[in-house]
Amino acid sequence: MNFIPPDFAPASSEIFMLIMVCVVMLADLTAGDNRRYVAYLLTQVTLLGCAILTFVSFSTEIKHTFYGMYVDDTMADILKLMVYGTVSAVLVYSHAYISDRGMLRGEFFSLILFATLGMMVMISASHFLTLYIGLELLSLSLYALVALRRDSIVATEAAMKFFVLGALASGFLLYGMSMVYGATGTLHVSQLAQIIQSEASSKEVLVVGLVFIVAGISFKLSAAPFHMWAPDVYQGSPTAVTLFIGSAPKFAAFGFVMRLLVEGMGEMVSDWQGMLVILAVLSMAVGNIAAIAQTNIKRMLAYSTISHMGFLLLGFISADSNGYSSALFYVIAYVLMTLGTFAMIMLLCRSGFEAENIDDFKGLSRRNPWYAFITLLLMLSLAGIPPMIGFYAKFAVLQAVVNAGYVWLAVAAVLFSLIGAFYYLRIIKLMYFDEPETTEPLVPNSDVKILLSANGFAVLALGIFPQSLMGLSLYAIQNSM
Amino acid sequence: MSFEFPLLSLIIWLPIVFGIAVFTTGNDSNAQLARWLALAGSILGFLIAIPLYSNFDVTTGVMQFVENHVWFERFNVNYHLGVDGISMPLILLNCFITPLVVVAGWEVIKERVSQYMGAFLVMSGIVNGVFASLDAILFYVFWEASLIPMFLIIGIWGGPNRVYAAIKFFLYTLLGSLLMLIALIYLYQASDGSFSIEDYHKLAIPLTPQIFIFIAFLLAFAVKVPMWPVHTWLPDAHVEAPTGGSVVLAAILLKLGGYGFLRFSLPIAPDASLYLADMMIALSLIAVVYIGLIALMQADMKKLIAYSSVAHMGFVTLGFFLLNTYGIEGAMVQMISHGFISGAMFLCVGVLYDRLHSRQIADYGGVVNKMPAFAAFFMLFAMANAGLPGTSGFVGEFMVIMSAVKVNFWYAFLAATTLIFGAAYTLWMYKRVIFGAVASPAVEGLQDISKREFTLLAILAITVLWFGVYPYPLTEIMHITVDQLLAHVNNSKL
Repeated sequence: MNFIPPDFAPASSEIFMLIMVCVVMLADLTAGDNRRYVAYLLTQVTLLGCAILTFVSFSTEIKHTFYGMYVDDTMADILKLMVYGTVSAVLVYSHAYISDRGMLRGEFFSLILFATLGMMVMISASHFLTLYIGLELLSLSLYALVALRRDSIVATEAAMKFFVLGALASGFLLYGMSMVYGATGTLHVSQLAQIIQSEASSKEVLVVGLVFIVAGISFKLSAAPFHMWAPDVYQGSPTAVTLFIGSAPKFAAFGFVMRLLVEGMGEMVSDWQGMLVILAVLSMAVGNIAAIAQTNIKRMLAYSTISHMGFLLLGFISADSNGYSSALFYVIAYVLMTLGTFAMIMLLCRSGFEAENIDDFKGLSRRNPWYAFITLLLMLSLAGIPPMIGFYAKFAVLQAVVNAGYVWLAVAAVLFSLIGAFYYLRIIKLMYFDEPETTEPLVPNSDVKILLSANGFAVLALGIFPQSLMGLSLYAIQNSM
Repeated sequence: MSFEFPLLSLIIWLPIVFGIAVFTTGNDSNAQLARWLALAGSILGFLIAIPLYSNFDVTTGVMQFVENHVWFERFNVNYHLGVDGISMPLILLNCFITPLVVVAGWEVIKERVSQYMGAFLVMSGIVNGVFASLDAILFYVFWEASLIPMFLIIGIWGGPNRVYAAIKFFLYTLLGSLLMLIALIYLYQASDGSFSIEDYHKLAIPLTPQIFIFIAFLLAFAVKVPMWPVHTWLPDAHVEAPTGGSVVLAAILLKLGGYGFLRFSLPIAPDASLYLADMMIALSLIAVVYIGLIALMQADMKKLIAYSSVAHMGFVTLGFFLLNTYGIEGAMVQMISHGFISGAMFLCVGVLYDRLHSRQIADYGGVVNKMPAFAAFFMLFAMANAGLPGTSGFVGEFMVIMSAVKVNFWYAFLAATTLIFGAAYTLWMYKRVIFGAVASPAVEGLQDISKREFTLLAILAITVLWFGVYPYPLTEIMHITVDQLLAHVNNSKL
């Protein structure tokens, strides 16, 4: 039998990543307790190496490999670069936090890298099985990360919830995929689109499959009514892990939606559009209203995530490159804001003290005007107030929604974001209008200091000059469709 | 006339740059530096705005000092600036008020001085941006951004109930503006991808969408003006804000709403404006009469002036929707004049509050015995607030009433009651505060106004009298623009 080896080049960064994960594990094993930074540095090097590989192989050509199960296109490259950058920032932000809490171990880094590898596979998958493998690699690593502090009861509880509900969602997804396979006889994303177009398949079975797939996606995106896990997991996880869960996987989730719904089942747009409308409205309603009642900052941000995911789904509703690119822009903006916000929470934590309650922000402008200002920018951006980037993200999505003829949906979206503005304002109120409860100064490491300032400043600067990111989002989508 | 120098950009960004510089002076050990830097920035901001007046061509209604650059092409948004006879006086008013506000907070603000002064300068720049924007998104960005400094000013330096007032202020205004954003996006679609306000003016829209657009804009602008029944945030915000905040709020931020009507509602949805004019007039008259009566009953001086602001701004919207030259020009004059008078009134209350830390009318009495110079200034501004001929307060009100007579006698009749109510609530308050026997030992110990306060009030007093006697420079600037606007509104888009 003649075996033709596949072209490994398009997956070079994934292969590099896999090798390096093993290297990190082994290096940490031999480095011993005093040299934990070895694993940290190696992880950063890995991400940098992957970024270089992805950047070098960057082209606007769409390359399929592994017998059509894997794809390397512009969108995948750009999303992966975003993922590397995000993960790297996560590590910088959480370094001090995890070393204070005895979590600075090889497991943390190798799990993070495995999760990153899972995201990369998801982003580049063009076959249902590849997609599923990537998703599970990501999810299993995340379950383990949440449970990393095994002596913490809340963390264990969160991990259990996450695992059980995540397994259920994976089951939904697999069931939906099997339905689609039954109807069309293929698992290849590109072939699927052709078969659906030729109407050679049973529409009823397809729609049933689609419902399960959308349910699975909603779970991963934490869109209401499949959001129940998010508040508990966000609250229970160590903040460094929450930061990780809340940031980079959103890029993977975006890629996931693009591959499954847009590339694979784009012909069924009229079927999934309606589902997304319901999910989006519910998410915005549940997220924004429930967030008001929260006193735990991480829980509040979990609900805020839910509402942002609702907004993100709005971008898909218009079903054209304008809408998808605005959704991508929204994800980038969202991740940027989330990174900064959780970094601020970790900055407020000290060894032996977890900043968990929104009251921990009290009087921050007295304690440290600069970080209070950064947080002000982040909160206003989350609330969608110009000239912060969060406004342009909302603006782009609303524009796509109005363009698709759903003016009422745009009105509903802005009304919910008005409700949302309240709880972001409350953080600003605590920082600026209230007296501090502690006068202990904030002393971040210089790398955190620089990165956090840059992060906060980027929220403002990219708001004043939004063209670059908007153009990049459009470029990524247009070259991949 | 073309003017190569980017004057408008300078007018917008210079105060903002100075504001940021003031922020960087840091904590209160550098307070004096922050004050002087802020004063320098605000005075410079006013000086560079003067060429706007001296080089303004009053014979044309087209946009002047135009700057147009691409901002982000993804949505065809431009950095497009320009002024006409409507926006130019408002920019000047803003640049004029800013130094006064800085001086008003000179000794009074002792905590976080740099943040206070910086916030006012940044806001001044942002407000200039609102008035000068000819691109809808640029306008929107400035419009919303102006909320941020005001929110902080009320919340940080305000009175006991400041948090409630600040959040109410923010959310109320945000509600209106978000719906405006939807209307702007709708117009972007309808105009095949343009955010230029001037393109929207030419855009033909059927009546039903026009009405929806009008209502979306109405919500945004009515909250800002504020019109009855969405005025309830204003008394709270005014009462809690520090003196400088109240001055800017009354003198400048309320004008954003009035400006919005002239720039957006009337020219973009002229048929809807005609269709709904009766409703708008009714709302305005309710503001004039009903809010005037409410003002009569206030025990808190700041609240009283806040309600009187609502009533006066009711005159402005009344003038707009009478839809004739006198009405709109009168309303414009009223806006400018209200900027001076309400600012001065709040400064006067601030003078008293700084000494006694009370805004209750009942805590005062016989102030004239201790503060004769102050009493004289307060008298002038109180008279101007009541619309006494010879002060700028009279000119606008008179023009609007004149034009109302032409439209409908009863409109004029109801509008004219303001001359009675206005006099009643202002002068009654004046009498209780200033005249009578010395009310308490605290009043007995009052010191008359300092040189700083004297200068402030004197500048405003001269302005109020000047425009009361000779309003021609103001009407001359806006005349052609207003005529064009009216011609445009009367030309149906259907």
